[in-house]
Amino acid sequence: MKLYVTDQGGVTHELEGIEGWRVMEIIRDYGLPIKAECGGCCTCATCHVYVDKEWLDKLYPMRDDEQDALDNAFDVHDNSRLSCQILMSESLDGLKVTLAPGTEP
Amino acid sequence: MALENKGETHKTDVIIIGAGPVGLFAVFELGLLDMKAHLVDILDKPGGQCSELYPEKPIYDIPAWPVITGQDLTDRLMEQIVPFNPVFHLGQMAQSLQKLDNGHWQLVTSEGTVIEAPVVVVAAGGGSFVPKKPLLPNLESYEGKSVFYAVRKMEQFRGKKILIAGGGDSALDWALNLQPIAAEVALVHRRDDFRAAPDSVNKMRELVAAGKMKLHIADVKSLEGADGQLSGVGANSKAEGDFIIPCDTLLAFYGLTMKLGPIAEFGLNLHENLIPVDTEKFETQTPTIFSIGDINYYPGKLKLILSGFHEAALMAQQAFRYVYPDKKLRFQYTTSSSALQEKLGVSDKAA
Repeated sequence: MKLYVTDQGGVTHELEGIEGWRVMEIIRDYGLPIKAECGGCCTCATCHVYVDKEWLDKLYPMRDDEQDALDNAFDVHDNSRLSCQILMSESLDGLKVTLAPGTEP
Repeated sequence: MALENKGETHKTDVIIIGAGPVGLFAVFELGLLDMKAHLVDILDKPGGQCSELYPEKPIYDIPAWPVITGQDLTDRLMEQIVPFNPVFHLGQMAQSLQKLDNGHWQLVTSEGTVIEAPVVVVAAGGGSFVPKKPLLPNLESYEGKSVFYAVRKMEQFRGKKILIAGGGDSALDWALNLQPIAAEVALVHRRDDFRAAPDSVNKMRELVAAGKMKLHIADVKSLEGADGQLSGVGANSKAEGDFIIPCDTLLAFYGLTMKLGPIAEFGLNLHENLIPVDTEKFETQTPTIFSIGDINYYPGKLKLILSGFHEAALMAQQAFRYVYPDKKLRFQYTTSSSALQEKLGVSDKAA
Protein backbone atom coordinates (compact mmCIF):
# COMPACT_ATOMS: atom_id res chain seq x y z
CA MET A 1 0.00 0.00 0.00
CA LYS A 2 1.59 3.26 -1.15
CA LEU A 3 1.01 6.88 -0.26
CA TYR A 4 2.59 9.67 -2.34
CA VAL A 5 3.23 12.90 -0.49
CA THR A 6 4.55 16.08 -2.08
CA ASP A 7 6.23 18.22 0.56
CA GLN A 8 6.13 22.02 0.91
CA GLY A 9 9.23 22.25 -1.29
CA GLY A 10 7.61 20.36 -4.15
CA VAL A 11 9.47 17.07 -3.68
CA THR A 12 7.34 13.92 -3.91
CA HIS A 13 8.00 11.04 -1.51
CA GLU A 14 6.77 7.44 -1.71
CA LEU A 15 5.56 6.34 1.72
CA GLU A 16 4.48 2.89 2.81
CA GLY A 17 0.81 3.11 3.78
CA ILE A 18 -0.27 1.67 7.12
CA GLU A 19 -3.76 0.20 7.27
CA GLY A 20 -6.02 2.13 9.64
CA TRP A 21 -3.54 4.91 10.35
CA ARG A 22 -4.39 8.52 9.73
CA VAL A 23 -2.54 9.91 6.72
CA MET A 24 -1.19 12.67 9.00
CA GLU A 25 0.34 10.04 11.31
CA ILE A 26 1.95 8.20 8.40
CA ILE A 27 3.47 11.46 7.13
CA ARG A 28 4.75 12.34 10.61
CA ASP A 29 6.04 8.83 11.27
CA TYR A 30 7.96 8.93 7.98
CA GLY A 31 9.64 12.14 9.12
CA LEU A 32 8.28 14.64 6.61
CA PRO A 33 7.79 18.18 7.96
CA ILE A 34 4.21 18.50 9.20
CA LYS A 35 3.11 20.64 12.13
CA ALA A 36 -0.06 18.73 13.05
CA GLU A 37 0.00 20.46 16.40
CA CYS A 38 -3.33 19.24 17.78
CA GLY A 39 -2.22 15.67 17.15
CA GLY A 40 -5.21 14.55 15.12
CA CYS A 41 -8.06 16.27 16.96
CA CYS A 42 -9.39 18.01 13.85
CA THR A 43 -8.82 21.39 15.47
CA CYS A 44 -5.70 23.18 14.28
CA ALA A 45 -5.71 22.63 10.49
CA THR A 46 -1.91 22.37 10.44
CA CYS A 47 -2.04 19.01 8.65
CA HIS A 48 -3.87 20.55 5.67
CA VAL A 49 -3.27 18.76 2.36
CA TYR A 50 -4.44 19.08 -1.22
CA VAL A 51 -5.74 15.74 -2.43
CA ASP A 52 -4.94 14.77 -6.00
CA LYS A 53 -8.17 15.30 -7.96
CA GLU A 54 -8.47 11.67 -9.08
CA TRP A 55 -8.63 10.55 -5.45
CA LEU A 56 -11.11 13.11 -4.09
CA ASP A 57 -14.22 11.04 -4.68
CA LYS A 58 -12.68 7.97 -3.10
CA LEU A 59 -12.27 9.61 0.30
CA TYR A 60 -14.78 9.44 3.09
CA PRO A 61 -16.74 12.71 2.78
CA MET A 62 -15.78 15.64 4.96
CA ARG A 63 -17.64 16.05 8.23
CA ASP A 64 -18.74 19.45 9.56
CA ASP A 65 -15.94 19.62 12.12
CA GLU A 66 -13.31 19.17 9.42
CA GLN A 67 -14.94 21.88 7.31
CA ASP A 68 -14.98 24.14 10.40
CA ALA A 69 -11.32 23.44 11.18
CA LEU A 70 -10.37 24.35 7.61
CA ASP A 71 -11.54 27.91 8.41
CA ASN A 72 -8.23 28.26 10.28
CA ALA A 73 -6.16 27.17 7.26
CA PHE A 74 -5.00 29.31 4.36
CA ASP A 75 -5.24 28.81 0.62
CA VAL A 76 -8.11 26.40 1.07
CA HIS A 77 -9.15 24.85 -2.24
CA ASP A 78 -11.92 22.48 -3.34
CA ASN A 79 -9.50 19.59 -2.87
CA SER A 80 -8.41 20.65 0.62
CA ARG A 81 -8.63 18.07 3.38
CA LEU A 82 -7.13 17.58 6.81
CA SER A 83 -4.78 14.60 6.60
CA CYS A 84 -5.66 13.65 10.19
CA GLN A 85 -9.18 12.87 8.98
CA ILE A 86 -8.16 10.46 6.21
CA LEU A 87 -7.77 6.86 7.34
CA MET A 88 -5.39 4.82 5.17
CA SER A 89 -6.81 1.63 3.69
CA GLU A 90 -6.32 -0.73 0.75
CA SER A 91 -8.89 1.22 -1.22
CA LEU A 92 -6.62 4.27 -0.98
CA ASP A 93 -3.50 2.43 -2.20
CA GLY A 94 -1.66 5.00 -4.32
CA LEU A 95 -3.28 8.08 -2.73
CA LYS A 96 -1.53 11.32 -3.69
CA VAL A 97 -1.56 14.39 -1.44
CA THR A 98 0.41 17.65 -1.26
CA LEU A 99 1.23 19.39 2.01
CA ALA A 100 -0.40 22.84 1.93
CA PRO A 101 1.24 26.13 3.01
CA GLY A 102 0.96 26.57 6.78
CA THR A 103 1.82 22.96 7.60
CA GLU A 104 5.52 23.66 8.12
CA PRO A 105 6.58 22.81 11.70
CA MET B 1 -8.90 30.11 41.66
CA ALA B 2 -6.59 32.85 42.90
CA LEU B 3 -5.95 35.47 40.23
CA GLU B 4 -3.63 38.36 40.96
CA ASN B 5 -3.82 41.87 39.55
CA LYS B 6 -1.59 42.25 36.55
CA GLY B 7 1.49 44.39 36.87
CA GLU B 8 2.25 43.69 40.54
CA THR B 9 5.36 42.19 42.16
CA HIS B 10 5.11 38.81 43.88
CA LYS B 11 7.44 36.53 45.83
CA THR B 12 6.92 32.80 45.97
CA ASP B 13 8.80 29.49 46.17
CA VAL B 14 8.40 28.26 42.62
CA ILE B 15 7.42 29.97 39.36
CA ILE B 16 5.75 27.58 36.93
CA ILE B 17 5.65 28.71 33.31
CA GLY B 18 2.64 27.04 31.74
CA ALA B 19 -0.67 26.06 33.37
CA GLY B 20 -1.31 22.93 31.32
CA PRO B 21 -1.94 19.56 32.98
CA VAL B 22 1.73 19.06 33.86
CA GLY B 23 2.14 22.57 35.32
CA LEU B 24 -1.02 22.03 37.35
CA PHE B 25 0.14 18.67 38.72
CA ALA B 26 3.49 20.24 39.60
CA VAL B 27 1.55 22.47 42.01
CA PHE B 28 0.38 19.32 43.76
CA GLU B 29 3.79 17.68 44.05
CA LEU B 30 5.41 20.94 45.18
CA GLY B 31 2.56 21.55 47.61
CA LEU B 32 3.03 18.21 49.33
CA LEU B 33 6.56 19.38 50.07
CA ASP B 34 5.38 22.77 51.41
CA MET B 35 6.36 24.80 48.37
CA LYS B 36 4.03 27.52 47.09
CA ALA B 37 3.69 28.12 43.38
CA HIS B 38 2.68 30.88 40.99
CA LEU B 39 1.73 29.91 37.45
CA VAL B 40 2.01 32.05 34.32
CA ASP B 41 0.09 31.21 31.16
CA ILE B 42 -0.68 33.11 27.98
CA LEU B 43 -4.15 31.59 27.77
CA ASP B 44 -6.93 33.17 29.82
CA LYS B 45 -7.75 29.80 31.41
CA PRO B 46 -5.80 26.89 32.88
CA GLY B 47 -5.45 23.58 31.02
CA GLY B 48 -3.10 24.43 28.17
CA GLN B 49 -3.59 22.33 25.06
CA CYS B 50 -6.18 20.22 26.90
CA SER B 51 -8.56 23.12 27.22
CA GLU B 52 -7.53 25.08 24.12
CA LEU B 53 -7.14 22.38 21.47
CA TYR B 54 -9.25 19.46 22.61
CA PRO B 55 -11.52 20.26 25.57
CA GLU B 56 -14.16 17.80 24.37
CA LYS B 57 -11.92 15.11 22.91
CA PRO B 58 -11.52 11.92 24.92
CA ILE B 59 -8.06 10.97 26.21
CA TYR B 60 -7.55 7.26 26.84
CA ASP B 61 -4.09 7.01 28.39
CA ILE B 62 -4.42 8.75 31.73
CA PRO B 63 -3.82 6.13 34.43
CA ALA B 64 -7.02 5.06 36.19
CA TRP B 65 -9.18 7.09 33.79
CA PRO B 66 -10.26 4.72 30.99
CA VAL B 67 -11.58 7.82 29.23
CA ILE B 68 -11.52 11.49 30.20
CA THR B 69 -11.89 14.68 28.15
CA GLY B 70 -9.26 17.41 28.09
CA GLN B 71 -11.55 19.74 30.01
CA ASP B 72 -12.47 17.14 32.63
CA LEU B 73 -8.81 16.35 33.19
CA THR B 74 -8.12 20.05 33.69
CA ASP B 75 -11.07 20.42 36.05
CA ARG B 76 -9.96 17.41 38.13
CA LEU B 77 -6.41 18.73 38.38
CA MET B 78 -7.71 22.14 39.45
CA GLU B 79 -9.77 20.38 42.14
CA GLN B 80 -6.76 18.34 43.26
CA ILE B 81 -4.57 21.43 43.80
CA VAL B 82 -7.14 23.52 45.65
CA PRO B 83 -5.48 22.79 49.05
CA PHE B 84 -2.26 24.43 47.86
CA ASN B 85 -3.75 27.77 46.76
CA PRO B 86 -1.70 28.32 43.63
CA VAL B 87 -1.75 31.84 42.19
CA PHE B 88 -2.53 32.15 38.49
CA HIS B 89 -1.22 34.90 36.23
CA LEU B 90 -3.28 34.24 33.11
CA GLY B 91 -3.37 35.99 29.75
CA GLN B 92 0.32 36.79 30.14
CA MET B 93 3.44 35.55 28.41
CA ALA B 94 6.61 34.82 30.38
CA GLN B 95 8.70 37.55 28.79
CA SER B 96 12.08 37.70 30.50
CA LEU B 97 14.00 35.85 33.17
CA GLN B 98 16.99 37.17 35.03
CA LYS B 99 18.97 36.22 38.09
CA LEU B 100 18.93 38.62 41.03
CA ASP B 101 21.85 39.34 43.37
CA ASN B 102 20.30 37.10 46.04
CA GLY B 103 20.39 34.15 43.63
CA HIS B 104 16.64 34.13 43.05
CA TRP B 105 15.00 34.38 39.64
CA GLN B 106 12.95 37.31 38.53
CA LEU B 107 10.36 36.63 35.87
CA VAL B 108 8.62 39.52 34.12
CA THR B 109 5.47 38.89 32.08
CA SER B 110 4.14 40.64 28.99
CA GLU B 111 1.71 42.47 31.29
CA GLY B 112 4.46 43.75 33.55
CA THR B 113 3.80 41.33 36.40
CA VAL B 114 7.01 40.57 38.31
CA ILE B 115 7.48 37.27 40.16
CA GLU B 116 10.52 36.34 42.21
CA ALA B 117 11.40 32.83 43.38
CA PRO B 118 14.42 30.58 43.99
CA VAL B 119 13.12 27.95 41.54
CA VAL B 120 11.63 28.13 38.04
CA VAL B 121 9.81 25.25 36.33
CA VAL B 122 9.28 25.51 32.58
CA ALA B 123 6.18 23.45 31.77
CA ALA B 124 5.36 25.32 28.58
CA GLY B 125 4.26 22.36 26.41
CA GLY B 126 4.37 23.28 22.74
CA GLY B 127 5.08 26.92 23.57
CA SER B 128 2.80 29.93 23.85
CA PHE B 129 -0.51 30.01 22.08
CA VAL B 130 -0.34 33.01 19.77
CA PRO B 131 -2.61 34.12 16.91
CA LYS B 132 -2.11 32.26 13.65
CA LYS B 133 -0.99 34.73 11.04
CA PRO B 134 -2.43 34.76 7.54
CA LEU B 135 0.09 33.78 4.86
CA LEU B 136 0.27 37.14 3.08
CA PRO B 137 3.27 38.89 1.49
CA ASN B 138 4.66 41.88 3.46
CA LEU B 139 2.46 41.09 6.45
CA GLU B 140 5.13 42.14 8.98
CA SER B 141 5.27 45.73 7.70
CA TYR B 142 1.56 46.19 8.48
CA GLU B 143 1.41 44.36 11.83
CA GLY B 144 0.66 46.57 14.79
CA LYS B 145 -0.05 49.52 12.48
CA SER B 146 -3.05 48.46 10.46
CA VAL B 147 -3.17 44.67 10.81
CA PHE B 148 -4.13 43.24 14.22
CA TYR B 149 -4.93 39.83 15.71
CA ALA B 150 -6.70 41.03 18.83
CA VAL B 151 -8.69 43.97 20.11
CA ARG B 152 -7.21 45.41 23.26
CA LYS B 153 -8.94 48.77 23.27
CA MET B 154 -12.04 49.23 21.17
CA GLU B 155 -11.50 52.99 21.02
CA GLN B 156 -8.46 52.41 18.83
CA PHE B 157 -10.85 51.33 16.08
CA ARG B 158 -13.37 54.18 16.29
CA GLY B 159 -14.04 55.69 12.88
CA LYS B 160 -11.97 53.05 11.06
CA LYS B 161 -12.86 51.17 7.89
CA ILE B 162 -12.38 47.69 9.29
CA LEU B 163 -12.15 44.38 7.48
CA ILE B 164 -12.50 41.35 9.75
CA ALA B 165 -11.30 37.98 8.49
CA GLY B 166 -12.53 34.67 9.88
CA GLY B 167 -15.69 32.74 10.62
CA GLY B 168 -15.47 31.85 14.30
CA ASP B 169 -16.68 33.54 17.46
CA SER B 170 -13.79 36.02 17.67
CA ALA B 171 -14.44 37.27 14.14
CA LEU B 172 -18.20 37.52 14.59
CA ASP B 173 -18.08 38.98 18.11
CA TRP B 174 -15.70 41.75 17.09
CA ALA B 175 -17.61 42.46 13.88
CA LEU B 176 -20.74 43.00 15.99
CA ASN B 177 -19.00 44.93 18.76
CA LEU B 178 -17.03 47.26 16.50
CA GLN B 179 -19.83 47.91 14.01
CA PRO B 180 -21.45 50.73 16.08
CA ILE B 181 -18.20 52.70 16.50
CA ALA B 182 -16.41 51.98 13.21
CA ALA B 183 -16.91 53.97 10.02
CA GLU B 184 -17.45 50.69 8.20
CA VAL B 185 -17.21 47.03 9.05
CA ALA B 186 -16.83 44.30 6.45
CA LEU B 187 -16.42 40.60 7.10
CA VAL B 188 -14.50 38.25 4.83
CA HIS B 189 -14.75 34.48 5.15
CA ARG B 190 -13.91 31.61 2.85
CA ARG B 191 -17.42 30.11 2.82
CA ASP B 192 -20.96 31.25 3.48
CA ASP B 193 -21.19 29.16 6.60
CA PHE B 194 -20.02 30.27 10.03
CA ARG B 195 -19.03 28.12 12.97
CA ALA B 196 -19.60 31.01 15.40
CA ALA B 197 -22.55 31.01 17.80
CA PRO B 198 -25.82 30.98 15.78
CA ASP B 199 -27.07 34.10 17.58
CA SER B 200 -24.01 36.08 16.46
CA VAL B 201 -24.38 34.78 12.92
CA ASN B 202 -28.04 35.86 12.84
CA LYS B 203 -27.18 39.33 14.12
CA MET B 204 -24.43 39.64 11.52
CA ARG B 205 -26.82 38.60 8.74
CA GLU B 206 -29.38 41.18 9.90
CA LEU B 207 -26.76 43.93 9.75
CA VAL B 208 -25.69 42.78 6.29
CA ALA B 209 -29.33 42.73 5.11
CA ALA B 210 -29.80 46.25 6.47
CA GLY B 211 -26.72 47.46 4.58
CA LYS B 212 -24.85 48.20 7.82
CA MET B 213 -22.17 45.57 7.32
CA LYS B 214 -20.60 44.06 4.25
CA LEU B 215 -19.99 40.34 3.85
CA HIS B 216 -17.49 38.95 1.34
CA ILE B 217 -17.29 35.21 0.71
CA ALA B 218 -13.73 35.13 -0.54
CA ASP B 219 -10.13 34.25 0.25
CA VAL B 220 -7.77 36.97 1.44
CA LYS B 221 -4.83 37.14 -0.96
CA SER B 222 -2.83 40.35 -0.52
CA LEU B 223 -2.38 43.55 1.43
CA GLU B 224 -2.50 46.87 -0.44
CA GLY B 225 -1.04 50.03 0.99
CA ALA B 226 2.22 51.74 1.88
CA ASP B 227 4.41 52.29 4.96
CA GLY B 228 2.39 49.86 7.03
CA GLN B 229 -0.88 51.63 6.33
CA LEU B 230 -3.49 49.52 4.56
CA SER B 231 -5.63 50.98 1.83
CA GLY B 232 -7.28 47.70 0.95
CA VAL B 233 -7.10 43.93 1.02
CA GLY B 234 -6.88 41.88 -2.14
CA ALA B 235 -9.38 39.04 -2.25
CA ASN B 236 -10.44 36.31 -4.59
CA SER B 237 -13.70 34.48 -4.98
CA LYS B 238 -15.08 32.07 -7.53
CA ALA B 239 -17.97 34.42 -8.27
CA GLU B 240 -16.02 37.68 -8.53
CA GLY B 241 -12.45 36.65 -9.31
CA ASP B 242 -9.81 39.03 -7.94
CA PHE B 243 -11.03 42.20 -6.28
CA ILE B 244 -9.96 44.74 -3.67
CA ILE B 245 -11.85 45.33 -0.44
CA PRO B 246 -11.13 48.94 0.60
CA CYS B 247 -10.22 49.23 4.31
CA ASP B 248 -7.70 50.91 6.59
CA THR B 249 -7.64 48.15 9.23
CA LEU B 250 -7.54 44.35 9.04
CA LEU B 251 -8.42 42.20 12.02
CA ALA B 252 -7.49 38.57 11.30
CA PHE B 253 -8.94 35.73 13.40
CA TYR B 254 -7.57 32.41 12.20
CA GLY B 255 -7.26 30.67 15.54
CA LEU B 256 -4.16 30.07 17.62
CA THR B 257 -0.90 28.28 17.05
CA MET B 258 1.96 27.41 19.40
CA LYS B 259 5.26 29.27 19.25
CA LEU B 260 8.18 28.83 21.63
CA GLY B 261 8.45 32.59 22.15
CA PRO B 262 10.74 34.37 24.64
CA ILE B 263 11.66 31.08 26.42
CA ALA B 264 14.12 30.61 23.55
CA GLU B 265 16.08 33.53 25.02
CA PHE B 266 16.27 32.12 28.56
CA GLY B 267 19.70 30.60 27.90
CA LEU B 268 18.61 26.98 28.30
CA ASN B 269 20.70 25.48 25.44
CA LEU B 270 17.76 24.32 23.38
CA HIS B 271 17.84 21.04 21.45
CA GLU B 272 15.58 21.41 18.40
CA ASN B 273 13.37 23.88 20.27
CA LEU B 274 13.16 21.59 23.30
CA ILE B 275 14.82 22.05 26.68
CA PRO B 276 17.38 19.35 27.57
CA VAL B 277 17.08 18.02 31.13
CA ASP B 278 18.52 15.20 33.20
CA THR B 279 16.25 12.27 34.02
CA GLU B 280 16.88 12.23 37.75
CA LYS B 281 15.63 15.71 38.62
CA PHE B 282 14.42 17.07 35.29
CA GLU B 283 16.67 20.04 35.84
CA THR B 284 18.05 22.05 32.93
CA GLN B 285 21.72 22.83 32.46
CA THR B 286 21.03 25.94 34.54
CA PRO B 287 20.70 24.81 38.18
CA THR B 288 17.38 25.77 39.86
CA ILE B 289 15.60 25.91 36.48
CA PHE B 290 13.63 22.74 35.75
CA SER B 291 11.66 21.69 32.70
CA ILE B 292 8.84 19.16 32.63
CA GLY B 293 6.22 17.97 30.15
CA ASP B 294 6.18 18.22 26.37
CA ILE B 295 8.76 21.00 26.21
CA ASN B 296 11.66 19.05 27.72
CA TYR B 297 14.00 16.62 26.02
CA TYR B 298 15.96 13.60 27.20
CA PRO B 299 16.83 10.27 25.60
CA GLY B 300 13.69 8.15 25.37
CA LYS B 301 11.34 11.07 25.98
CA LEU B 302 7.68 10.38 25.21
CA LYS B 303 5.36 13.35 24.92
CA LEU B 304 2.65 11.95 27.15
CA ILE B 305 0.78 13.70 29.94
CA LEU B 306 1.63 10.82 32.27
CA SER B 307 5.35 11.30 31.63
CA GLY B 308 4.95 14.94 32.65
CA PHE B 309 3.27 13.89 35.91
CA HIS B 310 6.21 11.65 36.76
CA GLU B 311 8.67 14.39 35.87
CA ALA B 312 6.79 16.80 38.17
CA ALA B 313 7.16 14.46 41.14
CA LEU B 314 10.91 14.06 40.72
CA MET B 315 11.42 17.73 40.00
CA ALA B 316 9.74 18.61 43.30
CA GLN B 317 12.26 16.51 45.26
CA GLN B 318 15.17 18.59 44.01
CA ALA B 319 13.25 21.88 44.12
CA PHE B 320 12.74 21.25 47.86
CA ARG B 321 16.50 21.20 48.37
CA TYR B 322 16.79 24.64 46.79
CA VAL B 323 13.79 26.17 48.53
CA TYR B 324 14.61 24.66 51.97
CA PRO B 325 18.40 24.10 51.91
CA ASP B 326 18.49 23.53 55.68
CA LYS B 327 15.59 21.08 55.91
CA LYS B 328 15.76 17.34 55.60
CA LEU B 329 13.52 15.85 52.94
CA ARG B 330 11.50 12.91 54.17
CA PHE B 331 9.61 10.87 51.64
CA GLN B 332 6.06 10.15 52.70
CA TYR B 333 2.92 8.58 51.24
CA THR B 334 -0.40 10.40 51.10
CA THR B 335 -2.11 7.15 52.18
CA SER B 336 -0.35 7.01 55.51
CA SER B 337 1.21 10.34 56.39
CA SER B 338 -0.93 12.42 58.71
CA ALA B 339 1.23 15.43 57.88
CA LEU B 340 0.45 15.11 54.18
CA GLN B 341 -3.20 14.45 54.89
CA GLU B 342 -3.35 17.63 56.93
CA LYS B 343 -1.92 19.61 54.01
CA LEU B 344 -4.54 18.06 51.75
CA GLY B 345 -7.29 18.97 54.20
CA VAL B 346 -8.34 15.34 54.59
CA SER B 347 -6.93 14.78 58.06
CA ASP B 348 -9.33 13.16 60.52
CA LYS B 349 -7.42 14.59 63.46
CA ALA B 350 -10.20 17.06 64.12
CA ALA B 351 -12.80 14.31 64.19
